[in-house]
Amino acid sequence: MIYLSLFIAFLKIGAFSFGGGYAMLPLIEEEIVLINQWLTHQEFIDIIAISQMSPGPIAVNAATFVGYKHIGISGAIVATIGVVFTSFILVTTLAKVIIKYYNSTIVTGIFSGIRPAVIGLIAAACVSLFRSSIVDFKSLIIGLAVLGILYKTKLHPISVIMFSGVLGIIIFSI
Amino acid sequence: MKNLLRLFGIFFRVGAFTFGGGYAMVPIIQKEIVEKESLISETEFLDIIAVSQSLPGPIAVNTSIFVGYKLTGILGALSALLGTVLPSLVIIIILAMFYNQIKDINSIQLFFQGVRPAIVALIFMSALKLSKSIDKTAFNYSIMTIAFISIAVLNIHPILVVIACALTGLIFTARRKKENDIS
Repeated sequence: MIYLSLFIAFLKIGAFSFGGGYAMLPLIEEEIVLINQWLTHQEFIDIIAISQMSPGPIAVNAATFVGYKHIGISGAIVATIGVVFTSFILVTTLAKVIIKYYNSTIVTGIFSGIRPAVIGLIAAACVSLFRSSIVDFKSLIIGLAVLGILYKTKLHPISVIMFSGVLGIIIFSI
Repeated sequence: MKNLLRLFGIFFRVGAFTFGGGYAMVPIIQKEIVEKESLISETEFLDIIAVSQSLPGPIAVNTSIFVGYKLTGILGALSALLGTVLPSLVIIIILAMFYNQIKDINSIQLFFQGVRPAIVALIFMSALKLSKSIDKTAFNYSIMTIAFISIAVLNIHPILVVIACALTGLIFTARRKKENDIS
């Protein structure tokens, strides 16, 4: 049953990948290239390139790509359901508990420690993205221009993304 | 039904513009759910990110499920999830069909080269805005700084940092409560 093995492979990827993003790549490679041999190594590298051209979580992108390459659109859907299945069960279960006990001493205490930590976490993500995205003078200019726009205006992030893409085409062509 | 559709629409936009991994969705959800619609507060948003980061699975997926569940229960969680994954499902299928033709188009590459630095600026501004939502106490500033250094400099896994900070918060709150009870 090819659908079942596809579902189970991505169920595993979804269930054991903590932290998201590129941290998921080794696990995806293990399941898809080494164990099941659904993709060659070159195709796996293509996934990374394709994920950079596409929005959305890299694990979801990989699931869609592998499922599509292997079976077609129905495969893409099955693999995607597999990769988000664990998230759905765990998050809704935990959300229920947290919402119910939101004002208890324990939950309040836990979140009083986590809340400031998350800001540190996001700042750290920002630093690592800075290292991989701001690589030359031109990308620095784009970053600073966007920072200026965000500081001065209330432009929607989506407009900012579109603007920076067009700016990229202009600046990097010069 | 109207609420579910609206939730789907919001997270469709989130899914369609989350370039560059997990935290790239923070500025968009913040704008749509916290600022424009005021459906959840900034502190609740921070709590949701913390939970999403600590569970397995993509952060953007976990966050959308949590926000959807909080707003309209299990059906809300489903519509938010569907909205988040549908854009990448469609775009990846199209890219997979035409990858060989697309991969050499120079302007697409340049477009994304331009988007990447913008994501850094967007996430930076989000962190700045979120930092204003917590109280200016020595405790909060120390946790923020320690968490940042642990991850950015010491390369400690974010989940370990979240767990350690949760325990610290728990101990501090319990101790404060005890002091209050005595006095």
